[in-house]
Amino acid sequence: MKKIAAFGRFWWNFVVGDDWRAALGVVLGIGITAAIAAAHVAAWWFLPLAVAVVLALSLRRETGAQGRS
Amino acid sequence: MTAGFLFASAFIASAVEMVEALTIVLASGITRGWRSSLAGLGAATVALAAIVGALGPTLTLIPLSALRLLVGALLLAFGLQWLRKAILRASGYKPLHDEAAIFARELAEAKTAAHEERAGLDWYGFTLSFKGVLLEGLEVAFIVITFGSSGKNVGLAAGAAGAALVLVATVGVLVRAPLARVPENTMKFAVGAMLTTFGIFWATEGAGGSWPGEDAALPVVLAFVVALSFTSVALLRRRRLSLATA
Repeated sequence: MKKIAAFGRFWWNFVVGDDWRAALGVVLGIGITAAIAAAHVAAWWFLPLAVAVVLALSLRRETGAQGRS
Repeated sequence: MTAGFLFASAFIASAVEMVEALTIVLASGITRGWRSSLAGLGAATVALAAIVGALGPTLTLIPLSALRLLVGALLLAFGLQWLRKAILRASGYKPLHDEAAIFARELAEAKTAAHEERAGLDWYGFTLSFKGVLLEGLEVAFIVITFGSSGKNVGLAAGAAGAALVLVATVGVLVRAPLARVPENTMKFAVGAMLTTFGIFWATEGAGGSWPGEDAALPVVLAFVVALSFTSVALLRRRRLSLATA
């Protein structure tokens, strides 16, 4: 059981890393891009914008936490 | 154009991970003996080859749009982790990655660890080397498989990783010291930007979107990601300085 938990933890750290909200933001961004494309509207612009927002929020969380500590 | 980006990304990413693996193998070899350290390196290489051999052909069976969606999402999650760390380091919020310091720490830990012999090998030296190479190598394998299968050129990505291996191994054998002069943070910045760029590009295509100018949009996305990163570094540096002087 411990080995399975360690295996799961390794892959979680490997793919998601220390900011799960950023990974969730990526998934949401891709989902919204798919929804826009499904409506036959140009969707290429959305993901770069979503990445900019996700990165800014992630950096703000990290530097804000350091500023308070 | 995509092939050039693909080769450069796989080469730089592989070189960065191999420099980290080399530091661990050297620390293990110097303190615990080269036989155990090189046995660990060899065992990890075999394990990595088995993983790549099993996953590579499986991924080529997935339809390209589904593959690009999956790979794009993974690369984006992965690339943003690298980029975020590189931005925090460049702006002074995280200490720079220092291979010389890591090497010194690994040496000290390896010197004090108890000696236990298994199958004629120093077990600590073997596992230290094995784990280091396997974990760093997994990132290389992940990049080679995902880049190669999405770009429909696994051979080129694998060739780039092979070229990086030859370069890092040659320099490592020649200097027998951690490659502290490699501008690792700059390289990590470059890899983070490239992973994020490919992630945005392929995830958008996989989600059903199409790029104006198709492949020609790739350098424009890269320029956007680089500009975003430099702006973030500049803003964070200014913020840190203003907090320090306040």
